[in-house]
Amino acid sequence: MAEQAQATTDTGPRPIVPWLKLAPKPHLEGIKCGKCGAIYLDPKRVACSKCGETDQFKPVTLSDKGKVYVFSVVHQSFPGIKTPYVTAIVDLPEGISVRANLTDVDPEQAQKEPNKVFNMPVELVTGVAAKDREGHEVVAFSYRPSKN
Amino acid sequence: MRNVYVLGTGMIKFGRYPEKSVPELGGAAALLALKDAGVAIKDVEMFACGNLYQSNAMVGQRILQQIGQTGIPVINVSNACATGSTAFREAYMSVASGMYDISMAVGVEQMGKQGLLGGAGGGDPAYSTEGKLGSGLMPAVFGQAGIEHMRKYGTKLEHFAKISVKSHKHATKNPFSQYRNEVSLEDVMNARMVAFPNTLYMCCPTGDGAAAAILVSEDKLKQLAGGRKRAKVAASVLTSDPWTDRTQTLPDVSTLTRRASKQAYEKAGIGPKDIALTELHDCFATAELVHYENLGLCGDGEAGKFIDSDGGMHPGLGGHDPVNVSGGLLSKGHPLGATGVANICEVVWHLTQDDRAKDRLVPNAKAGQAHVIGLGSACTIHILTV
Repeated sequence: MAEQAQATTDTGPRPIVPWLKLAPKPHLEGIKCGKCGAIYLDPKRVACSKCGETDQFKPVTLSDKGKVYVFSVVHQSFPGIKTPYVTAIVDLPEGISVRANLTDVDPEQAQKEPNKVFNMPVELVTGVAAKDREGHEVVAFSYRPSKN
Repeated sequence: MRNVYVLGTGMIKFGRYPEKSVPELGGAAALLALKDAGVAIKDVEMFACGNLYQSNAMVGQRILQQIGQTGIPVINVSNACATGSTAFREAYMSVASGMYDISMAVGVEQMGKQGLLGGAGGGDPAYSTEGKLGSGLMPAVFGQAGIEHMRKYGTKLEHFAKISVKSHKHATKNPFSQYRNEVSLEDVMNARMVAFPNTLYMCCPTGDGAAAAILVSEDKLKQLAGGRKRAKVAASVLTSDPWTDRTQTLPDVSTLTRRASKQAYEKAGIGPKDIALTELHDCFATAELVHYENLGLCGDGEAGKFIDSDGGMHPGLGGHDPVNVSGGLLSKGHPLGATGVANICEVVWHLTQDDRAKDRLVPNAKAGQAHVIGLGSACTIHILTV
């Protein structure tokens, strides 16, 4: 096990953003204000921007399942990024929303029938999105329609 | 706080000026405003300059190095799309406070053809989240604002498209607009999709531009106006985005606009029914639609109905509550730093029956408002009255 941990540190996959944790299985982790309960994705923070509390932040594991609030279908993006793709704001039961791509949702169909996308139950999936300059696989997350 | 008036305005036609420098564009607008005001640069006591892409390069001072180095205090302002209007507000406050009697605001930007996508930034591109963790690009962000309205109220694609048709029609009457072509509903609906539901004609074009205003105290107005009708700054409001539940992932362009709008109406002592024309921040057609409600021009959830009234050309010239009679950013273009000053100029021209708006004048306009949103976020609202 020690060898595996070593391997992860040196050449193993890395998450694309700090709020994606890869172990023990991929999940999102935020930090929660102990005073007002506001949750933040980015752990780099000096105080709560909702209530001003400076201490009392604790990590909180976020649910793998959520519901689509709104979306858009991007047809024009940076060079090298495959289009079209569905971008969405997914509401999690913890009271925070996350921005991610929707996979297994047909962009054309989403445009034709947006009402079928609103409130769609979705679940977190991860996959390798790129390789960084040091040779690490960079893992990103997206959401797909819930299987159950 | 003292009363402040707009003594003069200046604007160059929005477009592409690859052969010009930013200080040349800003200087040209400043000279037009000084001439319109009937004063010289030596009379100006304070200057606020709005520019985004060269915000570390002393654009205000470089403009004075073009038109007159008088040694006055200059501040360079950067506040996303609200850059120009924030500069105007700084110039306004410098006179309202009693510190100065004549100030100048210039908004200027040269964007070239980089498009709405902007620069990608530094760092290892493998960690760039664009397209991998959704989209932070403006067409998608503002697309979602429209989709949210669709979700809440059943708003249709046609509603967003009609806004583009209306504003392009207005632009045919504005010689300062970059694009002056009409588009049909079919043109808009069938145009290339940029980010659902915004098609190409529902996205503002980029461009270069500059606009300027000379602001004066009431005493100076009496000395200098010479009987000309001049608009009063009845409210100058700036807000930032308050904490909301989705604030980290879904920029909320509505809450800070609503707060600014409430403050502006209270400050001016009037309501939406008293507003003869509105220039609002239509960076995308979806944005314009939600701001009808945010600015109180119609009730919550009624934007679709508001658009469908008056035969679907509403809120257009000739109807009640006309919006973006300049053609809006959708036609004029959106040179970021210039936008906020330019839409104040437009409102002033209607209130003073200025020749520069002669083909599109809103009749008997006594009050108008100019609204800008800078994502990140900043919102300005200026109400002007005569």
